[in-house]
Amino acid sequence: MLKPEILDPQGQAVQRALPRLGFDGVRDVRQGKRFELEMDGPVDDTVLDRVREMARTFLANTVIEDFDVRVEVTEEESR
Amino acid sequence: MPGTSPALDTVKHAASTPQTAQPWAELGLKQDEYERIREILGRRPTGAELAMYSVMWSEHCSYKSSKVHLRQFGEKAPASDALLVGIGENAGVVDVGQGYAVTFKVESHNHPSYIEPYQGAATGIGGIVRDILAMGARPVAVMDPLRFGAADHPDTRRVLPGVVAGIGGYGNCLGLPNIGGEVVFDPCYQGNPLVNALCVGVMRHEDIHLAKASGTGNKVILYGARTGGDGIGGVSVLASETFDDDGKPAKRPAVQVGDPFQEKLLIECTLEVFAEKLVAGIQDLGGAGLSCATSELASAGSGGMRVDLDAVPLRDSSLSPEEILMSESQERMCAVVEPDKVDRFLEICAKWDVIATVIGEVTDGDRLEIFWHGEQIVDVPPRTVAHEGPVYERPYARPAWQDALQADDPARLPRPADGDALRAQVLQVVASPNQAAKTWITAQYDRYVLGNTVLAQPEDSGMIRVDEETNLGVAIATDGNGRYAKLDPYAGAQLALAESYRNVAATGARPLAVTDCLNFGSPEDPAVMWQFAETTRGLADACRTLGTPVTGGNVSLYNQTGDTAIHPTPVVGVLGVIDDVTRRTPMAFAEEGQLLYLLGDTAEEFGGSAWSQVVHGHLGGLPPRVDLERERLLAEILIAASRDGMIDAAHDLSDGGLIQAVTESCLRGGKGARLVVPDGLDAFTFLFSESAGRAIVAVPRGEEVRFTDMCRARALPATRVGVIDGDAVEVQDAFTIGLAELREAHERTLPGLFA
Repeated sequence: MLKPEILDPQGQAVQRALPRLGFDGVRDVRQGKRFELEMDGPVDDTVLDRVREMARTFLANTVIEDFDVRVEVTEEESR
Repeated sequence: MPGTSPALDTVKHAASTPQTAQPWAELGLKQDEYERIREILGRRPTGAELAMYSVMWSEHCSYKSSKVHLRQFGEKAPASDALLVGIGENAGVVDVGQGYAVTFKVESHNHPSYIEPYQGAATGIGGIVRDILAMGARPVAVMDPLRFGAADHPDTRRVLPGVVAGIGGYGNCLGLPNIGGEVVFDPCYQGNPLVNALCVGVMRHEDIHLAKASGTGNKVILYGARTGGDGIGGVSVLASETFDDDGKPAKRPAVQVGDPFQEKLLIECTLEVFAEKLVAGIQDLGGAGLSCATSELASAGSGGMRVDLDAVPLRDSSLSPEEILMSESQERMCAVVEPDKVDRFLEICAKWDVIATVIGEVTDGDRLEIFWHGEQIVDVPPRTVAHEGPVYERPYARPAWQDALQADDPARLPRPADGDALRAQVLQVVASPNQAAKTWITAQYDRYVLGNTVLAQPEDSGMIRVDEETNLGVAIATDGNGRYAKLDPYAGAQLALAESYRNVAATGARPLAVTDCLNFGSPEDPAVMWQFAETTRGLADACRTLGTPVTGGNVSLYNQTGDTAIHPTPVVGVLGVIDDVTRRTPMAFAEEGQLLYLLGDTAEEFGGSAWSQVVHGHLGGLPPRVDLERERLLAEILIAASRDGMIDAAHDLSDGGLIQAVTESCLRGGKGARLVVPDGLDAFTFLFSESAGRAIVAVPRGEEVRFTDMCRARALPATRVGVIDGDAVEVQDAFTIGLAELREAHERTLPGLFA
């Protein structure tokens, strides 16, 4: 996600378009991007740290973006 | 009290709490500067006042280290009928005839572009476009002189593509053609890339607008984007602070993000309010945001202004008054409008979907007063903020290493022993990153949008048609060789001007005026300050000789990492006028059988040359000799020959020498050339010397006598050096390189590095 203080022209364009399309009541729109990474094996703290490192140094532009990392269990794994 | 934060530092509160400690040092102020503020105000400044003074007294806004040297541009300015508005306004304005005026300016956006290359370069374009717009002109083209670290350094792979994409992204969305500029690589710019941006705009004489607020009761209107937390303190903290050795600035302010579509609305909206004569004064918001716009408008007018800061539309409602004053949110303008015109002004803004808010009015006093929910937080004499900031006479001294550098004559460097070795070095030089084709970069920019681009990169100058009926046009070139300037900053500045001047003349346009962006290291280093002093002296002297006044520009200091400064890099832009763009001279050698003439004198001059850099990694000796009278004569010949149809192509000779020019012109035209080494020269010097004051032209056989007679009558050396022919560049008795091989070498380098 763009940091809160960073201007988000894309989000603003969406926000301006919403009322025109009949969707009222939206005060603010911010847009961002999401990466889905499928890891080999279980996601333990070591793997999670590596992913955070990946996000910090490569996936996110930390000059203007914040990120957070979430773990989701895939179907294949839960079976 | 409703809407008032208990911590609000009002003027009254400041007067009653003189002992409160304030973060002046963190804001970049020096002890004596802080004390001077207290002296001016007769009390301690409020938080808001401190914010304003700190940004406006930063190096970037106040020119406190450079001012004493920049004065020469005014003092030594040649008398010029063409200058309508000189230094001091947002940009200079030049009369180009037929009732048209042209405004142009180059600025730096170096530090932001290193931190966040895409947004830094994009907002650099946005900022210079608003400067031009604020003069009353419609922006018609942009150019970008760029400097990067070594082409093969991994960080250059991060910075360059981001910068190029940012320039293209913003400029293309805005619908402005990018007609030229430069790209230079040198390890000295590692960690300190230079991203300069030039914009040119066109208007009628009567449309000139100035940045001043006069007329008591006139309303102050802020219009454009909402104000957010962008780049807060960017000016004082970022642009005026040297990067630490690890390449990170000590404090990292929020990056400004540009929105070119908002800027496009701002342009059209502003031009419409100009056209309806609704504007009494106008200022764009750039570095230092509202602090700068309000204090400069008030200072240039009668002095009094009252602003209700809580009226400013915000993107982030949590911003404090200090932050609102310092915010560098992009795409904003500030206008002064007579009360009975306000409604119409707001109506036009609404039509363009541009938010516009009356935030204050011009008062009959001489104080700038700013209120926050009814409580006064600023009460200052605006001149002390905007125009009477500190001025430093920084110590300067010729560095101890300068003599050794100049004594390291490139004459000692081994030269190619035979034709085969010379051939190999020619290919090596034309394929080196600095000499290679820049098409991979410029192809990412829209060069022809608006339909008036006559010439664009790789031509010597960009050229724009101003009037579609009469074909009146303007040409602009930018140049600046940091290697020459390192060897001799005085001569280097003059060579930068001479090359730019020559490039404009080579296309057939008459040079009229100059803008400059002076990029240097830290002014606190006496050696850097000496380079700066020499550069300004050299440039001002040369402008006087050539009759082209400096109309404005920008200084960027602190371009250094640790103790290592960049090469002194004066980037000089020259604007010229051409009465009929259909008579322009292109650079392409396109017609077989046309004769190639070398104009000017060639000497053994290799100090700072491309050859010495590429083949030997050497920088030493003296740069090429400067002869401004010769430059002027050469320009007159090139312009006359273009006007009278005596030449079909012309290309200036500069870095890389004659072989570089021939390579570019042959590849551009898709034709080869047979060259003969003139008497008195060896093939190596003929091909690689970088003597100034030279150009190569293609003369149709039927014009040969007329052209050579003209050169002889004016005493300009013109030497026949070959003919356009075949599909190879052949240097008699030395070597032949097929065009395909030459093209492969010259054009593959940049895609190979960055694609």
